[in-house]
Amino acid sequence: MSDRRDGEPEDGAPEVDGGHAATTPSTHTVRLELADEPGQLLAALHPIADNGGNLLSIYHERGNKTPRGRIPVEVDFEATQDRFEEIVEALRSEGVNVMQAGTERYAEEVTLLLFGHLIDTDLSDTLSQIEGCESASVADVSLAAPQGTEESSSARLRVEARAGETETALAAVRDVAGAKGLRVVEPLVGVEA
Amino acid sequence: MRLAVVGAGAVGRSVVELAGEYGHEVVAVADSSSAVVADGTGDRVAGVDADAVVARKAERGIVGDGDPADVLAAEYDALVEATPTTLGDAEPGFSHAREALERDRHVVLANKGPVAERFGDLRAAEADSAGEVRFEATVGGAIPAVSTVEDIEPGHVTAVRGVLNGTANFILTRMAAEGLDYEHVLAEAQDLGVAEADPAFDVDGTDAALKCVILANVLSFGAADDPADAREFTLDDADVEGIRDVPGSALRLAAEDGQTVRLIGEATGGSVRVAPRLVPENGTLAVSGTQNIVQIETSHAGRLNISGRGAGGPETASAVLGDVGRLE
Repeated sequence: MSDRRDGEPEDGAPEVDGGHAATTPSTHTVRLELADEPGQLLAALHPIADNGGNLLSIYHERGNKTPRGRIPVEVDFEATQDRFEEIVEALRSEGVNVMQAGTERYAEEVTLLLFGHLIDTDLSDTLSQIEGCESASVADVSLAAPQGTEESSSARLRVEARAGETETALAAVRDVAGAKGLRVVEPLVGVEA
Repeated sequence: MRLAVVGAGAVGRSVVELAGEYGHEVVAVADSSSAVVADGTGDRVAGVDADAVVARKAERGIVGDGDPADVLAAEYDALVEATPTTLGDAEPGFSHAREALERDRHVVLANKGPVAERFGDLRAAEADSAGEVRFEATVGGAIPAVSTVEDIEPGHVTAVRGVLNGTANFILTRMAAEGLDYEHVLAEAQDLGVAEADPAFDVDGTDAALKCVILANVLSFGAADDPADAREFTLDDADVEGIRDVPGSALRLAAEDGQTVRLIGEATGGSVRVAPRLVPENGTLAVSGTQNIVQIETSHAGRLNISGRGAGGPETASAVLGDVGRLE
C-alpha cells in the first residue's frame, strides 16, 4: 500500500494528514502527434513501457488531424514523477512530437467525509477500492480517530474525478462505503456556497 | 373570513390568537377531545372568544365544552387543519380536509400528512370542490417556500433544496461550534425545548423529508399539463439519511477544510433526497441554530434564497394566515 493512502494514526497521534510522495506512481497523460504511417503508434509506446510506465489507456484519434496533418494520440499511464520525466525525454529523443505532457487526467475535485468503523473495516482497502473505480482517484486523506481504533472514526477525502465524471466517482465511493457499513457525507456538487 | 381551526397545539392556538389581527374571525375550534363553536347562523355568527379558548386550553386542557365533530359542520369559509402530522393514510387530517372540500369550503393545512402522503387524493378532492387547498405552513414555517415556487411557476423551477429542520440544524451547529458529540448536544437541545423527548422525527430526517416530498409534489403537479400525468411523491419515494451517527470528529475534519455539515433536503420533479452534506462554512446554506433556509433553483431567474424561522407557533400561524389571505 502506498504511503499517501495510509491515513492510520501513528502511536499517540490522533490525527494524521496524508500527502503526496515523489515515489508514489500517479497517473499522467501525454498528447502525442504521430505521422499517419504504419508502426508509428507502437514506436511511440515503447519509450513509455521501456522506462517503467504502466500503460492505462490509449486514445487514437484517427479521424482527427492536427494542423500539421498528423494524428493526435492521447496516452494515459502510471509512473512516478521521476520516471515520467524520463519517459517524456525518451519520447522526444525518439523523434515523437509530445504536444502536451503532465496534464492532470483528473480535472474535477471533490471533498467528502467518511465515518463509521473506518479502521476496523481496513481503511487502506477502502481507499484502494475507491481508486479501483476508473473515474476516481484519492488525492488526499485526513483521518480523525479520537476514541481509538475501535470506535467510530472519520476521514476527509479529497477525491479527483475525470472531467464530467464527478457523479460517477461519488457513486463509486457510496458503493464502497455502503458495502462496509460506512457513511458518506457528500458535498453538494454543482452548488456554490 | 370565518375560520374553523382543528388542532390546538402551538400552531392552532397561535392561529386562534392572531386571526383577528389579520381581519379574520374564528368561529370554531377543536382539539382531539373538546370543541367550541360560535353561536348563531349565517352572517350573524359572532366569533369565539380567542382569549378564553387559549386560557381554557392552558388551564384545563380543553378548548370548550362542545363535541369536536360539530366543528367540521360549523359555518366557516376555511378550515385550518393543524392536527399533528400522521404518516400513511394521513388520518384524521385527510378526512377533515376532504369533508371541508365536500362542503365547498377552503382548506389551509399546517399538517404535513395529507400533502406529503396523499397529494393526489387531495388534489382530486379539490378538483371536485369549489374550495381550494393551501399548505404554505407545511414547509419551512414562516418561510414562503410554496408560494414563491408557485409565483415562479413550478415548470420554471429546476430544484428546491435547503435546511428544513431546525432541531437537526441546531444540533449540527452546536456540535461544530463546541466540539461536542451528538449525545451531549441532543441533551442540551432537549433541555432548551429545541428537541423533543423522542427526537427521531427530526434527527432521522423524516420531518425534512416530508417537506421535500411536499415540494416535489408541488413541482411535479405544477409542471404537468394534466394532474393525472403528474408523478406523485410520498415519504417512501424519499432517500433519507439522518444525523444521529455523525461523529464530532467528522465536523472537525470539515472545519479544517473551511466546511461544515448540514442536513440538506433536495427536491426536484423527479427525486427527493435528505442527507447530511458538506457545505462551505460561511456559505449561504450554512445557516445556524434553528434557522431554516430554502434555496430555489430557477430556469430564468437564477437562484433565490429565503431564510428564516422554520418552526414556532406564531411563525407557522403567520404562514397559515398568509394562505387564508390568498383565498380571499
